[in-house]
Amino acid sequence: MKHLLSIADLTRDDIEEMLVLAESFREVTQRDIPKVPALRGKVVVSLFYEDSTRTRISFETAAKRLSCDVMGFSVSSSSVKKGESLRDTVQTIEAMGIDAVVMRHSAAGAPNRVADWIDAHIVNAGDGCHEHPTQALLDLLTLRRHLGAGLDGARIAIVGDILHSRVARSDALAFAALGADVTLVAPPTLLPSTLAGWPVSVSHDLDAVLADLDVIYLLRIQRERQNEALLPSLREYTARYGLTVERAGRLRKDALVMHPGPMNRGVEIAAEVAEGPASVITEQVANGVAVRMAVLYKLLGSGASGVVGPGAVVGASGAHVEGATLG
Amino acid sequence: MTGAPGAAHNPETTTPAAAASGGRSASGPPGTGSVAEWVMRSRIFDADDLRRAHTRIAHEIVERNHGADDVVLVGLYTRGVAIARRLAEVIEGFEGVQVPVGALDVAFYRDDIALRPVQPLGPTEVPVDVSGRVMVLVDDVLFTGRTIRAALDALTELGRPRAVQLAVLVDRGHRELPIRADFVGKNLPTNEADDVRVRLTETDGPEATDGIELWSPSEARTTDKVEPAPPTGGSA
Repeated sequence: MKHLLSIADLTRDDIEEMLVLAESFREVTQRDIPKVPALRGKVVVSLFYEDSTRTRISFETAAKRLSCDVMGFSVSSSSVKKGESLRDTVQTIEAMGIDAVVMRHSAAGAPNRVADWIDAHIVNAGDGCHEHPTQALLDLLTLRRHLGAGLDGARIAIVGDILHSRVARSDALAFAALGADVTLVAPPTLLPSTLAGWPVSVSHDLDAVLADLDVIYLLRIQRERQNEALLPSLREYTARYGLTVERAGRLRKDALVMHPGPMNRGVEIAAEVAEGPASVITEQVANGVAVRMAVLYKLLGSGASGVVGPGAVVGASGAHVEGATLG
Repeated sequence: MTGAPGAAHNPETTTPAAAASGGRSASGPPGTGSVAEWVMRSRIFDADDLRRAHTRIAHEIVERNHGADDVVLVGLYTRGVAIARRLAEVIEGFEGVQVPVGALDVAFYRDDIALRPVQPLGPTEVPVDVSGRVMVLVDDVLFTGRTIRAALDALTELGRPRAVQLAVLVDRGHRELPIRADFVGKNLPTNEADDVRVRLTETDGPEATDGIELWSPSEARTTDKVEPAPPTGGSA
């Protein structure tokens, strides 16, 4: 595997292999000294064109626990302010000798473009409304620890602003890839105009699906959406789609509550529910580091670094290894 | 650097039997980039030989350390863990001491991570604080020594043992690092391209019979003692 750009590129086997690897890194993260020398000397650049705290810190922690050198790049203090193009920026960074770029950008597909321009491994840390693959993998790792290795037949609802959510797309694809039965729940204004290619069913009525769920996954409602006239009001959203204490009481006893953060307490999720026994929200954050270690290790540490001849790389880690298409 | 000729070797594409020999074929067997037919040349140990070797090594460990009170057995995945458990059982039988058994995964400490896919084989678990104790590393086959070097790195994160010793079922030579074993079941001269396969019911399934086998790539038979040649070119 050369890059991690989207869940759509991965097979079920790829995903399961990554999760097994992540389990090993969970053990590492729980040690007294949670650091291994596996990727010593590799340079990882975190290139964030959009605000992020948890994803960025999670990636940087993961890289440091693998003994990578981590270079931070912040748009506000860089030549991007002087008008440098994305292409020039990444090519300049690459010329300094780097191995991987962890990238967030507001434009969908930006990481794919960068992957064409430079030779380093690219990890998509969120691109516009497209995908956020490591979020989906850490969600899967969290689910796997509660529901067992496969998700076959598990009923999962993803609730909220599907239209603008890269998490929703990655999660829906990932959950479905492992056999879950995924339902998107949202008002019509917050659903994409077409769901062709999404392996999901759709509902506009949370109360109708609530009682059957194994997992309810809440998405953040961005306050700006109210101004865009996509929502009558946040209060009305909460009344129909928020996971209130009352609704949480109607969930099955063993149902799990998930949220990718950051939360709007009192909007899509009640504070009491976020802190409640069904919530695995902090576990999701903890699993993020292990999953990102697995991703970096898979990309940078699997003999795919180009150190050996092409004959050894092709097929070395399975059929998904990309050929040398990046001249 | 090892294996310039073996650089094209991909452990994942050897026969299933070779893959089953435990992910420990550190850099080898080299020169098998072309698809090789593997042939079993001899069965070195049967189940009884293996049991006797375990018994002797267990006694040697206790004798060398004047008892078993301070000893911790730490197996390297996969077969080393099973062997460590067997040794602990034998020691308990004659010494009456329950020796703690741990498991160590060295994947993240290997020096060939950039050269080939290195998968962790299981979680590192050592049930006791090893500081001040004698840690006996246990593995099935000692070959290049690179796995043991990685293990020495990995164990520094578990504490500071008073001493570290090494027990292996087979020492097959071809060391690439200054490492030797303290306890050896069998010294076995091999060609570098050979594959030594240890079979244990715990790791290879109930239908496997305990034993140690020496396998060679079929083309190597005709050239026996000769240094293994790089794969005849042109097929790339």
